[in-house]
Amino acid sequence: MLVGALGSLLLLLLGADIPPMYLLAASLVVAAAGLAVGVAQVKPHFHARQAIERVIRWVLTGAAMISIFTTFGILFSIISEALRFFQMHSFWDFITGTTWNPGASFLAAAGRGDGSSAEFGSVPLFAGTFMITAIALLVAVPIGLLSAVYMSEYAPQRVRTIAKPVLEVLAGIPTVVYGFFAAITVAPIIVNIAGFFGLDASYNNAVAPGIVMGIMIIPFISSLSDDVINSVPDSMRQGSLALGMTKGETIRDVVIPAALPGIISAALLGMSRALGETMIVVMAAGMRPNLTANPLEDMTTVTVRIVASLTGDQEFESAETLSAFALGLVLFVVTLTLNLVSVLMIRRFREKYRVNNL
Amino acid sequence: MNSQAPVMNQQHTPDVAQPYTRNEQACHDLSIRVRDLNLWYGKSQALKGLNIDLFQKNVTALIGPSGCGKSTFLRCLNRMNDLIPSVHIEGLVEMDGQDVNAGKMDEVALRRRVGMVFQKPDPFPNSIYENIAYAPRMHDLVSRKADQDELVEKALRDAGLWNEVKDKLQEPGTSLSGGQQQRLCIARAIAVQPDVILMDEPTSALDPISTATIEDLMDKLKEQFTIVTVTHNMQQAARVADYTAFFHLGEIIEYNDTKVMFSTPAQKKTEDYISGRYG
Amino acid sequence: MSHSFDEISQQLKRRHRKSARLKWASMGALGLAGLFLVLFFADMLSKGLPAFQQAYINTEVRYTEEASRDGRQAFDQDLIPLISRTVVRVIPLQLRNNPEMIGTSEQRWMLATSEVDQYLKGHRNRLSDEEKAEIDERVAAGQVDLRFNKTFFGSGDSKIAENAGILSAVVGTIMTMIVTLLISFPIGVMTAIYLEEFAPDNRFTQIIEININNLAAIPSILFGLLGLAIFINFFGVPRSSPLAGGMTLALMTLPVIIIATRTALRSVPDSIRHAAFGVGCSRWQVVRDHVLPLAMPGIMTGSIIGLAEAMGEAAPLIIVGMVAFIPDVGASFTQAATVMPAQIFTWSGEPEQAFVEKTAGGILVLLSVLISLNAFAVVLRKKFERRW
Ligand SMILES: Nc1ncnc2c1ncn2[C@@H]1O[C@H](COP(=O)(O)OP(=O)(O)OP(=O)(O)O)[C@@H](O)[C@H]1O
Ligand SMILES: [Mg+2]
Repeated sequence: MLVGALGSLLLLLLGADIPPMYLLAASLVVAAAGLAVGVAQVKPHFHARQAIERVIRWVLTGAAMISIFTTFGILFSIISEALRFFQMHSFWDFITGTTWNPGASFLAAAGRGDGSSAEFGSVPLFAGTFMITAIALLVAVPIGLLSAVYMSEYAPQRVRTIAKPVLEVLAGIPTVVYGFFAAITVAPIIVNIAGFFGLDASYNNAVAPGIVMGIMIIPFISSLSDDVINSVPDSMRQGSLALGMTKGETIRDVVIPAALPGIISAALLGMSRALGETMIVVMAAGMRPNLTANPLEDMTTVTVRIVASLTGDQEFESAETLSAFALGLVLFVVTLTLNLVSVLMIRRFREKYRVNNL
Repeated sequence: MNSQAPVMNQQHTPDVAQPYTRNEQACHDLSIRVRDLNLWYGKSQALKGLNIDLFQKNVTALIGPSGCGKSTFLRCLNRMNDLIPSVHIEGLVEMDGQDVNAGKMDEVALRRRVGMVFQKPDPFPNSIYENIAYAPRMHDLVSRKADQDELVEKALRDAGLWNEVKDKLQEPGTSLSGGQQQRLCIARAIAVQPDVILMDEPTSALDPISTATIEDLMDKLKEQFTIVTVTHNMQQAARVADYTAFFHLGEIIEYNDTKVMFSTPAQKKTEDYISGRYG
Repeated sequence: MSHSFDEISQQLKRRHRKSARLKWASMGALGLAGLFLVLFFADMLSKGLPAFQQAYINTEVRYTEEASRDGRQAFDQDLIPLISRTVVRVIPLQLRNNPEMIGTSEQRWMLATSEVDQYLKGHRNRLSDEEKAEIDERVAAGQVDLRFNKTFFGSGDSKIAENAGILSAVVGTIMTMIVTLLISFPIGVMTAIYLEEFAPDNRFTQIIEININNLAAIPSILFGLLGLAIFINFFGVPRSSPLAGGMTLALMTLPVIIIATRTALRSVPDSIRHAAFGVGCSRWQVVRDHVLPLAMPGIMTGSIIGLAEAMGEAAPLIIVGMVAFIPDVGASFTQAATVMPAQIFTWSGEPEQAFVEKTAGGILVLLSVLISLNAFAVVLRKKFERRW
């Protein structure tokens, strides 16, 4: 508690012009930290012990509830702002409209024009998002799955112990770095290759961010698939080999089908990652909402638009700013659904083979 | 040693000259011939100088206390031991005039002719129909859909499962009961038309009724196949086996006609084991 | 109707070839993934390492009376376009502070413009042919050279490429991480302790568990939306500040720390708890005095990894405004600041060729920090790895 009080005092000294609400929030957080330290140092007498034990239990419960607050915080903040957006523009147009043109609303916010010509049809954004995600999965699923097959079925132990962490490095590279790689290195290569075949590719094509995003999610897929393939019971492999199947046939027709729920679950997780990925597309994909099936054209994504509409100098109240929250809401729902389905599939797999370490 | 003469474990059963003359024929056709077979897991020797002849279209039972090497021996016959990296094998396992362990022998081809059924049935993760049709299709045993249907039906009938599953062939194999799953695995094994079927305690995880069904099945299947089965159940060995081999600490103590073995065992150890004094 | 070995082997040839193909394909896939990694690092190193060197010009600086009014007077006129504006600008200032220097002169290595720098490194530049000839001459005379780039590590952002450095971003990152750690570590550890040691197995705890797992899978940009709507707009935390960024990242790091701590707590054997209960310790005393110390290495390892993850995060920070142009090193937690990933992002958007190298250089700095943190975590885990 003392630490908490000290903390708020410190913050007070740091910036006298800080609004009180924020001070409250910050000191609450500091107080929570302080309490943890304080509690750890109390050396209770025997009677006090039970009381303290109860206090601690409450504090710990409180800490645990922060995760709930966070989820609800995200939900609440996104939904409330999204609702304000949907008061200005119809939900139906947002979901089905094929033109995203917020420019007019910007003028309206600046007091010029009435903003009624602004259009917020999110279809091109989602089309772009799914296009890039599809390219990413096209890269990541085969490479991730085959790598997992190699590590769990063929590789000697030594290779395995090296390969696994090396693959994990791919997941540890910051996405802003991938974004730079996609924009500066991969995109020009794609343009050159397309040019070689007489095709015209934009420097902001969907292929470059798609491929790089695919590289990024390889470890998500390989790691989980590896675990799942490893937990397919050996007796199943032996059953197939004992029928005179080759090792390859056993893997292709018995092991992978048995592990399929887990593999799908891994792919869904990877997909959810790709859908919500921001930096790679912000840096390498286009800014222009473009409804097209040609991955060599520039196109933009949901996350790019969220960033674009929140980093300008618009009023927070403008429709364009609020549209970011509407997009965020859809993104939230989609990724949450994917994650839940993925969890359910893994659970099914686990129950089927009674493995507990997944 | 006359290589054509079926061999018992000589040093232990010198007095049993022709133990296999239960039937009118003096001698059955040879299926698998094993000579001086030694096997090590790393440094520890699990099989010690085995000599045994397995006869065609008969049921041979392998009995013996736990850990004596029955499963290990069984796996030598279709080279499933290849999957265990520490294994080292010496000696001869001969089938169809060819050394099974020779470099030029393709273990996949061997397993195609020497099938195996395991203690715990583990159907493939697909339908009952696919469980059976899969291997024959890969082996090019069937080309047309009609042939395949016929083969699946025949295998299921031979395994005594047809009547129970004929209406739900497309349901997953895992939806069957334990006993049915085991018969599915047997059907799966006979569908590839092997010469030999190895069974490692095929009934130990099953209820008595399923067990009886599978014992009847073995009796029927031996008209077509050579069957080598491991069992811990003396009655089962006595009921289904034409020949019985008694393993102890990696050696074959006694190998004989089942009736002879169970009525007048030549070895004290065999007698002790059969009468339940240890093991 | 059985087949002989020879017949079967004949048919198997084709199938064996197919089987081998799977093996090679899978090996190739892993190789490909490894190749990506190698190419990636090679690319970053080749692009970024030159950023650690910068072109300097060795010339005579004449501290004349005129130079104290116009810094350009201190140099040879034909050098003026080649020397960085930033160093020319400070000369009058310097002379005003040290008037006794007027009238003297000295031979010094002066920072060259980024055009000279890019020319020396063989990149695209806007120098005229005469200027190039001038430089070539001086390079031959040893008066123009690439030297260690102090500016890159020693100063903050700048619109002038040769003057831009990573320092303000590094300081911003440190400050943001302090906030993140101060919030997420205690709350994360306490949550994990609650779930592992205290919680009854009821609906409430299940909900918390599901929540934590979900949080770990929510796209990071959505945390930025939360930070913007709640921390900044509702509570009034200053935009762009390490406080706003740190609080946002703390929520993201929380699940990582919770999961790591739970694993660490679970790996402490129950026998230790039973023994402590046996001598009359209360539940909390058992946790504090017996379980936590044993779980600490695992908790630290997990927290470091979580911190490293947060350190590379850019998207939510951009949303809460940490992409500001920050030339000066930050002084407080409530002033606008930038962090390394955000700095990389802003630099990558600069059109000048010289900034490509800066961006890659920043990436190398960030990657080395992350690799060191992860290596430290691995060492920590190895050192304290225990088998009960
Ligand atoms: N994979 C293995 N690695 C090392 N040693 C093994 C392996 N499998 C079996 N052994 C050893 O070889 C010996 C024989 O084992 P085996 O499984 O053949 O016995 P078994 O007669 O089948 O026993 P049970 O009746 O219990 O099935 C045992 O001592 C066992 O410990
Ligand atoms: Mg066994």
